[in-house]
Amino acid sequence: MNKFTIAGSPHIHGDESTKKIMVGVVIALVPAMLVGVYYFGVDAIRVLLLAIIASLFFEWLIQKYLIKGTVTIMDGSALVTGILLAMNVPSNLPGWMVVVGALVAIGMAKMSFGGLGKNIFNPALVARVFLLVSFPVQMTSWPKPAPITDGLADVITGPTPLGIVKEGLGNGQTMSQLASELPSYTRDMVGNIGGSLGEVSVIAILLGGIYLLWKKIITWHIPVSILVTVGVFSGLMWGSNPEYYADPVFHLLTGGLMLGAIFMATDMVTSPMTKSGQIIFGFGVGLLTILIRLWGAYPEGVSFAILIMNAVVPLINKGFKPKRFGAKSGVPIKAKSL
Amino acid sequence: MGILKTFVLGGVHPAENKLSANAAIEAVPVPKQVIIPLGQNLGAPSKPIVKKGDQVKTGQLIAEASGFISANIHSPVSGTVLKIDQFIDVTGYKRPCVFIHVEGDEWDESIDRSDKLETHISLSSEEIVARVKASGIVGLGGATFPTSVKLMPPPGKKAEYLIINGVECEPYLTSDHRMMLEKGSEIIVGIQILMKALLVEKAIIGIENNKTDAINHLTELAKTDERIRVIALKVRYPQGGEKQLIKAALNREVPSGKLPIEVGCVVQNVSTAFAVYEAVQKNKPLFERVVTVTGKAVKKPSNFLVRIGTSTQDLIDAAAGLPESTGKVISGGPMMGKAITELDTPIVKGTSGILLMEKTESRRLVENPCIRCSRCTYACPMGLEPYLLTKAAKLGKLQMAEKEMIMDCIECGSCQYTCPSGIPLLDYLRLGKIKVGRAIRTRIKK
Repeated sequence: MNKFTIAGSPHIHGDESTKKIMVGVVIALVPAMLVGVYYFGVDAIRVLLLAIIASLFFEWLIQKYLIKGTVTIMDGSALVTGILLAMNVPSNLPGWMVVVGALVAIGMAKMSFGGLGKNIFNPALVARVFLLVSFPVQMTSWPKPAPITDGLADVITGPTPLGIVKEGLGNGQTMSQLASELPSYTRDMVGNIGGSLGEVSVIAILLGGIYLLWKKIITWHIPVSILVTVGVFSGLMWGSNPEYYADPVFHLLTGGLMLGAIFMATDMVTSPMTKSGQIIFGFGVGLLTILIRLWGAYPEGVSFAILIMNAVVPLINKGFKPKRFGAKSGVPIKAKSL
Repeated sequence: MGILKTFVLGGVHPAENKLSANAAIEAVPVPKQVIIPLGQNLGAPSKPIVKKGDQVKTGQLIAEASGFISANIHSPVSGTVLKIDQFIDVTGYKRPCVFIHVEGDEWDESIDRSDKLETHISLSSEEIVARVKASGIVGLGGATFPTSVKLMPPPGKKAEYLIINGVECEPYLTSDHRMMLEKGSEIIVGIQILMKALLVEKAIIGIENNKTDAINHLTELAKTDERIRVIALKVRYPQGGEKQLIKAALNREVPSGKLPIEVGCVVQNVSTAFAVYEAVQKNKPLFERVVTVTGKAVKKPSNFLVRIGTSTQDLIDAAAGLPESTGKVISGGPMMGKAITELDTPIVKGTSGILLMEKTESRRLVENPCIRCSRCTYACPMGLEPYLLTKAAKLGKLQMAEKEMIMDCIECGSCQYTCPSGIPLLDYLRLGKIKVGRAIRTRIKK
């Protein structure tokens, strides 16, 4: 008797796997990591390694001894969380704080919800906000960028462009008075500014974003919707009073916006399932970001904005359905209830 | 050539693997015994009208339709009826079958066995429908819906277009492709017959762009009849689905839960059009069809003209034998075909191919957690959310599944094909559809 496999159709499968997607994200993060290492030196490597090792370790520990289930640290998701955590903190953060961040990301934000695919909030951002609220001083002491090629120098801390603007305007200065203190847009593009390890270089992050789009790991909807919202909204405010509000290009190039729009908000697990929903999600993130930046207590608001919108995702998924085939103008045909 | 037409929502593009595209159709010898399942069509199984010991001729009626949606079955061989007994068919279940011992190959006298192309259509519209019904023709694309039913639009509905499905979007399969190349003239006459039966003045033949030879050939042949138009379509699965094909060809959307006639269309497969030609012009009922036998390790990928009831084993032997490395045998294509366990499973009217898959291709994937990547949603040609329907089916939330339109699922498998977590989405969707379907039927009965 022949022994043939029996299974329902389809009998072939595309070339995709979770691991491939995760590896793709890691590759896309490489340029931003390199820029981080270039400007922040050995410290950046230290934070990256600590975050990665700690994330993998906590995932292993929890899966093996707490849940007593299968250990899946090789699927790449904890690796991505680790890297993203490192990208979102200053490179001079004390090592133990990085480890605490990893524990919060993996233990609190991911595993306590049931592990991969079940979490509501972006794990790396939960950890970042946890650290920011718990250790506000260390989390906002940004090292000044010093190219690694210049040799090892004493680390000097300095403010981020957004910090300069927030503080200056708070002290009653105008934008034109602050202009001399702010780095040029070219420096913002390259990454020669103060900020978190992985957020400084717009060019490096965009390169990663292009790779993600090319590999179809993300779609354009979330990043474009966030960036357009931020651009339009900050542009309107700037137009109303250019002395009191920074221009839209400044808002687009500084802070965690690019990293957030391309790598954090596009996290599959915590973003909406349909393209229309993703556009609404991006609009919310952009709007909240600018609200916090312009009128909030913090100079930067991308993390909060994404986390708040993460909480709204289930609702967005309920309200924004794909265009059904054979339904008029995207409105699903109502079926009679059972 | 401008931008090729295709459907809008979802779809995937698996490796085409049309290994047998250049293999001319070849008749396999009539076997010693045939086993003819009585349930070969969508709808009610046929009722046998022969008994043990009866002598039958090739083309003689042996089982008749047992309802409106049912079809006649004719003997594919001449010989003696051995028994009517249970036998495993392509579904994997034992079903009643007619066993015939083959003696010679004596055809019913009324069948015109000449190769001469008969272009003059002498039958009236009603006579054509009656002949198609009597000849036991069902949709040969795989769905096996009785063709005559499609030729009788419900009262108040009028067909505007006849759409001929030459898409063959399933990877590996080439039977329709070969039919278009080798029986093009007959297919064109078949189309004219179908147009006469439906009283339509416009016909469109949709063919995917990976079959340029067939597109050119039929375009050339269709020049004689300006009512028939051939359109090239971009290669994309599941374009051969009725609703997707109509969308691609005419940009019309069949409403949810409705039939193509709702938007003035009737869709027929190219091989069905050929069967209609034979039935109407040659008085030959449907008892043989072209079956692709293929697979990566198959020594001689082929397209065989096969009598219904021939065993799968006979076809594999004709294609130079079962490769050692075979791990799965599929009746049909790799996206929608059924895996079979027994090689003596008989070929039926709906068998478009036999695909032998390698052991390495045959393992089931490990199911990982859903990472909510939305790929299933992007791939769904019906605009559904397979991840959500799967969850509803798993949890038994039938009301939610129905509200999210699970019954619109065409079971094309695009969602499962793209799932990076290896989740057998379509298995859960089928389960959900069965349960929801049952609930709807009980509701209607009340």
